[in-house]
Amino acid sequence: MTLELKHVGKTLDGDVHIHPTDLVLEPGRFNILLGTTLAGKTTLMQLMAGLEKPTSGEIWFNGRNVTGERVQKRNVSMVYQQFINYPNMSVFENIASPLRVARMAEADIRKRVEEMAGLMKISAMLDRRPSELSGGQQQRTAMARALVKDSDLILLDEPLANLDFKLREELRDEMPRIIAERNCVVVYATTEPSEALLLGGHTAALYEGRVVDYGPTSEIYCQPADLTSAKVFSEPPINIAGVRKSGDQIVLNENVSWPASSALADGEYTIGIRPHHVSPVRTHESDVGITGTVHVAELSGSESMIHFDAYGDSWVSLSHGVHPFDTGEETTLFVDVSNCFYFDPAGRLVSSSDSAGVN
Amino acid sequence: MKRASWLIPTIYIIFLMLPIYWLVSMSFKTTNEILGAFTLWPQNFTLENYYVIFTDPSWYMGYVNSIIYVIINTVLSVAVALPAAYAFSRYRFLGDKHLFFWLLTNRMAPAAVFALPFFQLYSAVGIFDTHLAVALAHTLFNIPLAVWILEGFMSGVPKQLDETAYVDGYSFWRFFIRIFIPTIAAGIGVAAFFCFMFSWVELLLAKTLTAVAAKPIAAAMTKTASSSGYELGLLAAAGTLTIIPGAIVIYFVRNYIAKGFALGRV
Repeated sequence: MTLELKHVGKTLDGDVHIHPTDLVLEPGRFNILLGTTLAGKTTLMQLMAGLEKPTSGEIWFNGRNVTGERVQKRNVSMVYQQFINYPNMSVFENIASPLRVARMAEADIRKRVEEMAGLMKISAMLDRRPSELSGGQQQRTAMARALVKDSDLILLDEPLANLDFKLREELRDEMPRIIAERNCVVVYATTEPSEALLLGGHTAALYEGRVVDYGPTSEIYCQPADLTSAKVFSEPPINIAGVRKSGDQIVLNENVSWPASSALADGEYTIGIRPHHVSPVRTHESDVGITGTVHVAELSGSESMIHFDAYGDSWVSLSHGVHPFDTGEETTLFVDVSNCFYFDPAGRLVSSSDSAGVN
Repeated sequence: MKRASWLIPTIYIIFLMLPIYWLVSMSFKTTNEILGAFTLWPQNFTLENYYVIFTDPSWYMGYVNSIIYVIINTVLSVAVALPAAYAFSRYRFLGDKHLFFWLLTNRMAPAAVFALPFFQLYSAVGIFDTHLAVALAHTLFNIPLAVWILEGFMSGVPKQLDETAYVDGYSFWRFFIRIFIPTIAAGIGVAAFFCFMFSWVELLLAKTLTAVAAKPIAAAMTKTASSSGYELGLLAAAGTLTIIPGAIVIYFVRNYIAKGFALGRV
């Protein structure tokens, strides 16, 4: 059971919403679409579901071409970011509705709905209207409705984005368990790199309607195919700077340089360094100090985020502990250059140390 | 300040209710009393006026006729406006915004402008002096209004609701009738209210397009005024009865009317 996109593209009024995309999505794991808002995650899901017709390419499910097939015939489930329930029906009827449409026997419906409500911890709410529930319970109802039928394809479009922190953690922990028992293709859209990493599976990084990278989630994080993929998969944003390799040195500017690995050819490169590899304190012998002006320092208790300008670029540092700085203060931050991506002028990844993403 | 806080509302309510009170009080007076002396309340309380209205067919049929064409009009307007409003709220098509705006052209001129063409057209096709004639004429004004109101309410429902239903296996019509219409029930109520009210109070077209068989109550009232002198008590009773259907309808949609005036966009 696989969902295969073959060169699927979507153009609307001359605007390209999805560039021709090839993807093979397997069952039994999370297939994550990672990208910022307007990257095309929802459009891609609508194409997968059959809610929108692709303007080019074909969609195959289980070896069958389903490109023009109506969504009603496809056996799909979908959960949206907004809590979408039928406001005129009780929670029970909401969950039961796909089964009713499929003309399942009343006794079976009751059994299934109660089972699913138990799993989603909304058993006590079955007689209420969706509008009488909290946001988390509304989203649980929507998820119960999506999971109550044995769909072949489950599409989760940022299902946790509108929930408060605690509920989000809770549902995120439960989700892999709920999904694991099913033989279906699960697609999960999110804007948060950390969520993608927590859920594992495979990740497709989306940028402006284009899948820029696809593979096992941790691999995409540690070895992004290109600069765009690295940008998509970094929050706070990855630090980017231009460097030149000449001889045995990587040169950022006349003051800052560090030894190069022999694998790189001489020339211009763009480096990408994740914010947690830039720290106000020296952590490795090989760290390189860069001096700049603090722009903003945000302390969240366990972490400090420092925005600063150095040599014409903006940098972000994310470090453990409390490191207070004043705005406008001159300081030196330490860059762990052993955890640095090197991209060629075209943006392709040419070199990364093995641990670039992991630490 | 505090002690006088009852004053303004009281003046306001008196101001508001005075014409209605005068009408109601007149309806319980005899015509002689109305013309003879200034009385704040009926001196010789009588139900004679109401008795006449409920027993004389030329009176009560006026109400029956009005109610028939108002109901035909309301049902027709809402039934036609529902799919139209859905199309405007959910689909993009060539010229949709212009069409949506120009829907209102029929409301840009007074109804009198359309009286003559309607009269001539309906006479030609043979539906002059029928309930349908008035109902159809009123849809010209009510359908655009209903489309505007319903479109506002429908646009307040996220498109994802439609998509969720399709994903669940609902066909379009099953979704539309079982889920969408109940979801915007308040909007339908408000649209129906505006159609009802327009059709109920509109006099000119209703009078022009009917003669005997479908004569509305408002036309009946204007005629009786000059038959055998003035029958002011009777007129007041008829007027009082005319307020009642409107009052009942307003009562049911009172919580949504503000939203209706804002065409559903509050």
